[in-house]
Amino acid sequence: MSAASATAMREVPVPACPRVWETGGVALDITASRPDPALLDLPWSMPLEDWPADRLAALPRGISRHVVRFVKLSGRILAIKEIKAELAVREYYMLRNLGRLGLPCVEPFAVVSGRVDAAGAPLDACLVTRHLQFSLPYRALYSQSLRPDTAARLIDALAVLLVRLHLAGFWWGDVSLSNTLFVRDAGAFAAYLVDAETGELRERLSDGQREHDLDIARVNIAGELFDLEAGGLLHGEDPIDTSERIVHRYRELWDELTAAETFGSGERWRVEDRIRRLNDIGFDVDELATVTDLGGTSIFIQPKVVDAGHHSRRLLRLTGLDVEEGQARRLLNDLDSFRAATDRQGEDEELVAHDWLADIYEPITRSVPPRMRGKLEPAELFHEILEHRWYMAELAGQDIRIEDATVDYVANVLPSKPEEKSILGVDTTEIPVHAVDTQELPVVRRTAR
Amino acid sequence: MATVKFDDATRVYPGATRPSVDKLNIDIADGEFLVLVGPSGCGKSTSLRMLAGLEEVNGGKIWIGDRDVTNLSPKDRDVAMVFQNYALYPHMTVADNMGFALKIAGVNKSEIDTRVKEAAKILDLTQYLERKPKALSGGQRQRVAMGRAIVRSPQVFLMDEPLSNLDAKLRVQTRTQIASLQRRLGVTTVYVTHDQTEAMTMGDRVAVLKDGLLQQCDSPRHMYDHPDNLFVAGFIGSPAMNLIGMPVVDGGVRFGSTTIPVPRGALGNAGSEVIVGVRPEDVDVRPEGDGLPITIEVVEELGADAYIYGTPQAGQVTKEEGIEKPFIARVDGRRPPEKGATMYITPQSGRVHIFNGTTGERLVD
Repeated sequence: MSAASATAMREVPVPACPRVWETGGVALDITASRPDPALLDLPWSMPLEDWPADRLAALPRGISRHVVRFVKLSGRILAIKEIKAELAVREYYMLRNLGRLGLPCVEPFAVVSGRVDAAGAPLDACLVTRHLQFSLPYRALYSQSLRPDTAARLIDALAVLLVRLHLAGFWWGDVSLSNTLFVRDAGAFAAYLVDAETGELRERLSDGQREHDLDIARVNIAGELFDLEAGGLLHGEDPIDTSERIVHRYRELWDELTAAETFGSGERWRVEDRIRRLNDIGFDVDELATVTDLGGTSIFIQPKVVDAGHHSRRLLRLTGLDVEEGQARRLLNDLDSFRAATDRQGEDEELVAHDWLADIYEPITRSVPPRMRGKLEPAELFHEILEHRWYMAELAGQDIRIEDATVDYVANVLPSKPEEKSILGVDTTEIPVHAVDTQELPVVRRTAR
Repeated sequence: MATVKFDDATRVYPGATRPSVDKLNIDIADGEFLVLVGPSGCGKSTSLRMLAGLEEVNGGKIWIGDRDVTNLSPKDRDVAMVFQNYALYPHMTVADNMGFALKIAGVNKSEIDTRVKEAAKILDLTQYLERKPKALSGGQRQRVAMGRAIVRSPQVFLMDEPLSNLDAKLRVQTRTQIASLQRRLGVTTVYVTHDQTEAMTMGDRVAVLKDGLLQQCDSPRHMYDHPDNLFVAGFIGSPAMNLIGMPVVDGGVRFGSTTIPVPRGALGNAGSEVIVGVRPEDVDVRPEGDGLPITIEVVEELGADAYIYGTPQAGQVTKEEGIEKPFIARVDGRRPPEKGATMYITPQSGRVHIFNGTTGERLVD
């Protein structure tokens, strides 16, 4: 790569020498930060689509142009994608870099290359990633009975993800619902990037690059929703209207996070107001450009560096709980209520948080019978119980204790919820393009110029 | 359909010491298939993205037809990036897979039907329009994906390494299909690849870039026969051209015991040595003592032909371009010389390329 283009794209760490494992006469190259020897037990000499069912976990796979399978290995679930070796290695390091930047994406586990079949013919490499627990592909969500605004909530989550990626300089190139996993987040969703195959990390993105991603997102989302409609799975949403939502939501959020404001020097409270507005939508301001004019009569401000996770970082600091942003906001609200109810506003926040965790959060989330713990993550369960308490109180016309709400929720609501830790039995679809066509287009001869 | 013009187009990334694309000038004819080729970091993808509106243009202009598009947003340029993402949707018919993007763009149903049917005819997919993608072969699916771009009827198709994630068989097959399809449609196409074979087999013209600079833009045949400089000479062709340093002598350039006749004036200020380029197939095997002696290290027999890999004997050459590379010659496969033997060769008349050893420029036409 030339010096000039090297500055355009961020440095991607050079892969460490892969470990080479001899497996019955076949040398496999495994690139992994912590290789698990159990990987060697998988049938790498078979094309992924022929792997026996007893090795696989039947998780939904979404639409993919590659063969993708899930396997259970050493107590965890791994996603395996068959892909050309250079693309697999590139995506592995890209996912690692995105993870280091604190961006929500699946965690890469290994690249396995050097595969050959029983006859000695080469097979494509495999990219192995960890399955994100309690994550939901959009197609799996649509196989459940859904609230009518589900598509809108998914799109909103994807818009937040896309803005975060763009702020970090990641040009995705293939934005879609299929390339995203969704995690429940206090009644909404948080989105995680799953497929970084087409992506590039840059110092910053041009407007044209951001618009290109948005255009791809719009077309892909419409296609995915048209497909659900054709399969009888869409619940009245209009695919085109819904796909346009990504553009609106993205622009609203981008403007809020990056737009410049100018105001009179007598309105200095607006600096604080801008920061609070960003906090409210879950972002911290790490760097704010502030410029006054020569006469000092007007002030110009523009956020330069913003960082998602305002509420989740605060909750993590206070309690050690690592949860999604919306969940953190909900839990922090309950912590505030606890503080008010116990009349401890004057006390140190960390001490109150410690007591809330020990007296409220942990007893409630632990009271769920083990057989039902695979249905929802603890923080989401806590959010649901708070919601349930609100409905019970409204019905009863009086306050309800959270302990009572929990008993009622576990008895009457939770049993009907689907198992979501690693959901099973959903129709899967993949359309890999690797077969050889028998029908050629007639070749048109080149005419001399 | 339209012409495309890069007019001194320049891209400098923030903080870079020199441009990634430096004053690029290419005129692309209406309906032409132009391939941008070069090694990693040469600026080929950046050039394509400047045309697409995805990279800012810091100097010069870009024209599509008679419109200056230098500062237009991507969607206002009427160009289509092909194969960036070709997901096919399993519950939708082939026709819907091809036409749904037009629905988003607000095109009416009868117009969509017409365009889809026209595209299907060109792609030989008419009989499959009502089928689901799962019922199609891999190549047919690939063509449905092409159909998605074709129905948009853009003025220019842009393709950035579209075959990079296909397996080898499908890559060769799709290469032929894209070239064939482009000629049927007659839509101006700019195609980026790092693979010189892909470039030479697909393009009406090929533009070779290195370090952000255009090296040569020519038809594949002319570029192969008349590379403008050492870089193009070494990059285009497989196996690559042999490039060896030879002394300038009275009447021409010495080549072993013979002299390649070159008028002194044609050598300009090349100095006492030049680089001689000979393609492996342009070598004549001569009787012992006549020409350049090569010690044969490997003989690769391919049936009709054999490739000889060897080293010019010590003292015969002044400099070897890429010293690690062996000298390669294609000889009669039925009578190949043996490994370890010495073979005398001369370049065929009119098939020799001479370059300035310092600047790399071609010296003789």
